[in-house]
Amino acid sequence: MELTLWTYEGPPHVGAMRIAASMEGVHYVLHAPQGDTYADLLFTMIERRDRRPPVTYTTFQARDLGGDTAELVKRSIADAVERFQPEALLVGESCTAELIQDQPGALAAGMDLGGIPMVNLELPAYSKKENWGAAETFYQLVRNLLKPQLPAPGAPKLDPTRWRAENRRPRVNLLGPSLLGFRCRDDVRELTQLLAGYGIDVAVVAPLGARPADLLRIPMADANLNLYPEVSGTVCSWLERQFGLPAVKTVPIGIGATVDFLRELHGVLGLELPAELQAERQSRLPWYSRSVDSTYLTGKRVFVFADGTHAIAAARIASRELGFEVVGLGTYSREMAREVRALAAELGLEALITDDYLAVEAAMAEAAPELVLGTQMERHSAKRLGIPCAVISSPLHVQDVPARYAPQMGWEGANVIFDSWVHPLMMGLEEHLIGMFRHDFEFVDGHRSHLGDGAPAAPVLEEPAPVAVAVAGGSLSWSADGEAELAKIPFFVRGKVRKNTEAYARDQGLAVIDSEALYEAKAHYSR
Amino acid sequence: MVSSSVAQSSLPPPLKESGQREVFCGLTSIVWLHRRMPDAFFLVVGSRTCAHLIQSAAGVMIFAEPRFGTAILGERDLAGLADANEELDRLVAQLLERRPEIRTLFLVGSCPSEVIKLDLAKASERLNQQHAGRVTVINYTGSGIETTFTQGEDSALQALVPLMPKGDQPQLLIAGTLADAVEDRLVGLFHKLGIERVASLPPRRSTELPAVGPGTQLLLAQPYLSGTARALVDRGAHLIEAPYPFGVEGSRDWMAAAATACGVDPAQIDAVLDPLVERGRRALAPHREVLEGKRLFLLPDSQLEPALARFLAQECGMELVEVGTPYLDRQLMAQELARLPEGTQLSEGQHVDNQLQRVRQERPDLVVCGMGLANPLEAEGMATKWSIELVFSPIHGIDQAGDLAELFARPLRRRGALQFS
Ligand code: SF4
Ligand code: SF4
Repeated sequence: MELTLWTYEGPPHVGAMRIAASMEGVHYVLHAPQGDTYADLLFTMIERRDRRPPVTYTTFQARDLGGDTAELVKRSIADAVERFQPEALLVGESCTAELIQDQPGALAAGMDLGGIPMVNLELPAYSKKENWGAAETFYQLVRNLLKPQLPAPGAPKLDPTRWRAENRRPRVNLLGPSLLGFRCRDDVRELTQLLAGYGIDVAVVAPLGARPADLLRIPMADANLNLYPEVSGTVCSWLERQFGLPAVKTVPIGIGATVDFLRELHGVLGLELPAELQAERQSRLPWYSRSVDSTYLTGKRVFVFADGTHAIAAARIASRELGFEVVGLGTYSREMAREVRALAAELGLEALITDDYLAVEAAMAEAAPELVLGTQMERHSAKRLGIPCAVISSPLHVQDVPARYAPQMGWEGANVIFDSWVHPLMMGLEEHLIGMFRHDFEFVDGHRSHLGDGAPAAPVLEEPAPVAVAVAGGSLSWSADGEAELAKIPFFVRGKVRKNTEAYARDQGLAVIDSEALYEAKAHYSR
Repeated sequence: MVSSSVAQSSLPPPLKESGQREVFCGLTSIVWLHRRMPDAFFLVVGSRTCAHLIQSAAGVMIFAEPRFGTAILGERDLAGLADANEELDRLVAQLLERRPEIRTLFLVGSCPSEVIKLDLAKASERLNQQHAGRVTVINYTGSGIETTFTQGEDSALQALVPLMPKGDQPQLLIAGTLADAVEDRLVGLFHKLGIERVASLPPRRSTELPAVGPGTQLLLAQPYLSGTARALVDRGAHLIEAPYPFGVEGSRDWMAAAATACGVDPAQIDAVLDPLVERGRRALAPHREVLEGKRLFLLPDSQLEPALARFLAQECGMELVEVGTPYLDRQLMAQELARLPEGTQLSEGQHVDNQLQRVRQERPDLVVCGMGLANPLEAEGMATKWSIELVFSPIHGIDQAGDLAELFARPLRRRGALQFS
């Protein structure tokens, strides 16, 4: 048993939902109670998806438990297949259903589903988490669909340079981008452009936007790009083992990593890499970082905590490409602990591997950074500590899914990163000014910046003393209960309400504004 | 307990639906209950899913250390209940040490804890002994196999009833969480009406539970408190038959029913309430202009639906296409059902796919639904209002009627305001 207040990752079936919802033509039947349908809002609210995730929940209730929940599972599967006509079906259970052991996958296997491929997902809810669930689901789905294509044991492996003999351009799969991942949609576009510039085609992008039929084409590519190892690591190593399809492991986030990525990819494909990559002309990050204005970035203390992929990328960019000093590095992705530890050691740090955000907050406070690069959890911790923060990884909040094009990968990704990490620091400067002027009379409690010292330190502001307060320049005054009523109005509209109420009171020729008058005014201005 | 004197023959029988439900479970109510009682902690005994649900329903991680958390069951706890109980004791001791300000600890049951038959009643007995004098431990269920959404509050309040002291003095007891400001306002008005003793359940401090007894007139501020009402009536309270305090008329009738039950003179009732009503109608008028004649579809969510539908039809002139509710307590809803326009189609339970099919066929002007469905329906061209906002916002009482109407008018006004070509 483990006490959890806020979590970085959801349960593993939410990872499975991320795969199903990222794809087209896949449906997921989940044996789960009604409350578990909350997970839909992760997609429709945070990602602002315009459709429901393709998930049917059995929503069994206590009164079903005595009876036949297996029957309910079968009915749900049959209904879902008929209604949504999926091209592939995922069947699984959430934590509660795991306990009642109906084995929905086995039930589905015994049904006539009209020949559509069915994947039985067994995701242990009491020991695994969301990213693991996503990786496992993606892997099981690919494995299931590619079973008929498996090369015979001992058959020669695919040769990643065969594109030459076949007289075509080399092509690669982009594996790992998914919903609720960080900026995946834009990374796909950026990488596709980057690869096109080197004469490399994209064969399959998956899971994001792929249909089951697209997955069947995976072995036709010359190599896989393992873009988000948390999600695509398992499937990439399986494809490498079974099909001999090599995986490019460098994740191209940052200038150095993009250069390394191109080298690795060209090496795998047997392609000649142009001697001079001219990274400085492709992206503005190197020049912006060299320009004199950036001198004030030198040695800025940064604290990095994210999923494994983004933590590693961020530490490297921060230390080498922006001249920051990394004073803390960690991840909640236990699957990538080894890599993160190695990099931390290189930076002279001990990596923080934990999913306890309070431990992260404590480490953050201890490290006293000037900038935090983290998830939306660290944004809040940083806010409490008064430290500027940029979000670099899932878990996300709706504002981390921007409308504009904002990739992290490739050359444009580096530009985006420069702007979004340096921006809060500028704001940090502004915070000092705000601090200087905070005692000026215009400075009401609502005038808080989104960043830095925004944390309402005391939970509630002291209620004003219950005395009548005269309004400047007139015979108008507030009664104690009027003031008390006003104090209950949220700070960000309180000023407006006060002004309106006073105007209204003057109109009505009132001398004292009491709570009644406040409500009169409220009704008057209601619109 | 209530003699349902009101005729309901003008309503067709409700559609009884069963199929996939798209509703939160009772754990969700922790999000507002913990704000109401700042000296209490809500400890869910459940899974990572439960923790994730509360986090997602709360929307943002506002507090460093919220007054709620989840004791996540691990494989070891599943292996043996003895271990699970020991673990729970250890975890509670740890929690109480870290949070010495906690006076009441709610152990909240979940689907997993119920399926493995972890006895939280026994656990709270045990913990009460271990931490006697320091904290009161209470248990209730918020599990999705037993409760939907707002039923979590019902189940929590019901667990508090046995701890309420006995008291025979005449008093008005308002049951159901209200925003503090709204509560102050309503209590102030009841005082003005001449009702001296007004108490609330839940109280603002978990340790200050109101008394209950034969002198208690029970007024429900929320329509989903079936179990709590029953438990209070069993303790001698008299349940006041009233609609719920949404809108000008509903709130007036609600206050008047309470005043009458407490023996307030009718002239006094009119003298206090009539000016408010007149003002409330003025506040409502601009929103009525937006809402009048618009067609409304309410998907089942909070059990507030019939009461909101009554307000939107009666006072805002909306046409009701379908009024869904996860559960229909005919007794507690009697006054609302009686006020619904003739022919109103209710539905109880849910089959979300079939229901969405009806939404698409009917193409209402406004759909009230959960957050999982709102954007998809907007994308299909229908305006929506998220129902969860209705349990988080101060919407009760005559003075809030304008604000309540505004919540529904805003999506429509917004649609009218947006222009892209
Ligand atoms: S439905 Fe059950 S398992 Fe799911 S979050 Fe609610 S209590 Fe937890
Ligand atoms: S304050 Fe900022 S980061 Fe926090 S929840 Fe609101 S928008 Fe998100």
